[in-house]
Amino acid sequence: MAARSEQSTQAPGMLPQSERVLREAFLQQVERIPGGEKLRRCIQCGTCTGSCPVSYAMDLTPREVIARFRAGDIDSILRSRTIWTCASCYMCTTRCPSGIKITDLLYALKRISMDRGIHAARFPVHVLSESFVRTVNRHGRNWETGMMERYWRRTTTPVLGLVNMLRQAPLFLRLRRHGRAHVLPKRIRGIRQLQAIIARAEQIERPVESIESKPITRRVGYESIGS
Amino acid sequence: MAAPTTDYAYFPGCSLESTGIAYDKSLRAVFRALGLGLHEIDDWNCCGATAYMSVKETVSFAISARNLALAERQGPRDIVAPCSACFLVLAKTRRFLQERPALREKVDEALAAAELSCECRARIRHPLEVLVNDVGIAQLRAAAKRSLRGHRFACYYGCQMVRPERYFEPDREFPMAMDDLFRALGAATVDYPLKVRCCGGMQMVTNEPVGLDLTQGLLDCAVSLGATAIVTTCPMCQFNLELYQDKITARAGRDLHLPVLFFTQPLGLALGCDPAALGFEHQVVPVPGDSLTLAEAGS
Repeated sequence: MAARSEQSTQAPGMLPQSERVLREAFLQQVERIPGGEKLRRCIQCGTCTGSCPVSYAMDLTPREVIARFRAGDIDSILRSRTIWTCASCYMCTTRCPSGIKITDLLYALKRISMDRGIHAARFPVHVLSESFVRTVNRHGRNWETGMMERYWRRTTTPVLGLVNMLRQAPLFLRLRRHGRAHVLPKRIRGIRQLQAIIARAEQIERPVESIESKPITRRVGYESIGS
Repeated sequence: MAAPTTDYAYFPGCSLESTGIAYDKSLRAVFRALGLGLHEIDDWNCCGATAYMSVKETVSFAISARNLALAERQGPRDIVAPCSACFLVLAKTRRFLQERPALREKVDEALAAAELSCECRARIRHPLEVLVNDVGIAQLRAAAKRSLRGHRFACYYGCQMVRPERYFEPDREFPMAMDDLFRALGAATVDYPLKVRCCGGMQMVTNEPVGLDLTQGLLDCAVSLGATAIVTTCPMCQFNLELYQDKITARAGRDLHLPVLFFTQPLGLALGCDPAALGFEHQVVPVPGDSLTLAEAGS
């Protein structure tokens, strides 16, 4: 593997350049989390992993994520299933005896992974976030019907997307029958105002830099990533 | 002591307009019954939820701050956010803007593009905490017209309200506010060890097997303990717990159907609100009709 051979030619204690860039991007994110610097205090006790309701479905446990970061291996974290399996329940953060904001750190890693386009464009979390953001930018509020329609359509090929949508029809009809789903979106009156805020905020915060990173797979879904 | 607050700004959030509409109806009914003002923030927008937060940080804080700015225009009131995710995002926005001047500057600049500004003084509050602390359980019991006797609830608090902002401290592992409330109103509550365990959140969409594992655990435990319903404080938890029961029953090989209510629904019943105003028609797993008719309190 390219990354491995590059690493083997490094002087002892040196990180490969791509890893240094990732590290810098991550530390920039950590700096923005109030209390983020407590990351240094990890004692590797594993309370986070033991408390996590979904660690059984991760390839790297939360404890390992911190260990790998320390060992200079962010690359493998970004390619893991772990950051996308976190349901953001904050149990690890609550129980960490060192006060480490593990959930927020995983959010930072998610952002870096998304910025870099790691994983296929149809990866479920990417599509869900993109559909959600698009819906909110257009209407000012979430319109679940439209967002989910886009989600089921875009997480696979066009033909299978249609099948996916049809599979969701019973759930949708059930919600409709109980007055819990809207066929049409509701737009806020101040949508232009909101869009002006979004446009300005986007200008202010551009990704600091972007290094090329090829999607590791064209296949979609959790089973196709990680180890 | 300051005079008790009786007027609140209200941020319903997107879910309360669709999948969680029963929560909106019952919350309004409860506040009305108690004579508390609930002033909806005019033209509020989506809080951004976790999905936005994981893509664009500054933008997510800026759109969330628009709501705080709009609320401020309507007067200096605490903001009630019933959806746990909205509650968390708004509270986090307020705290981050207070603690990170660099972020504050950026968000101020973004808001200025829409001629808005935000002091971020108003506190963000969950209605359960408002009812338990501002009104008080003793007062709520005194206001009750009916008894919830015969009901046996599994009180489920979820994650986002309890943990990230240390809102229910020191009870982040085993909060009792809702249990205490319903016991005072005549119901029994089961000793529900999974009351703050994750429902899976959006994993139910992106990673269904994991989402189903988590909700199956919650339902299985509540059914085993003999609960007559799970009572929730969050539209996402309510949705995950209620809408997948057919699938979960099939994969578990045992009947795990159980009504899943918003805490404001049984509370509304106890306060004597008309059941028709509490959104029971939106339940997908129906509540037995006779359980909506309650005996008079104290009888």
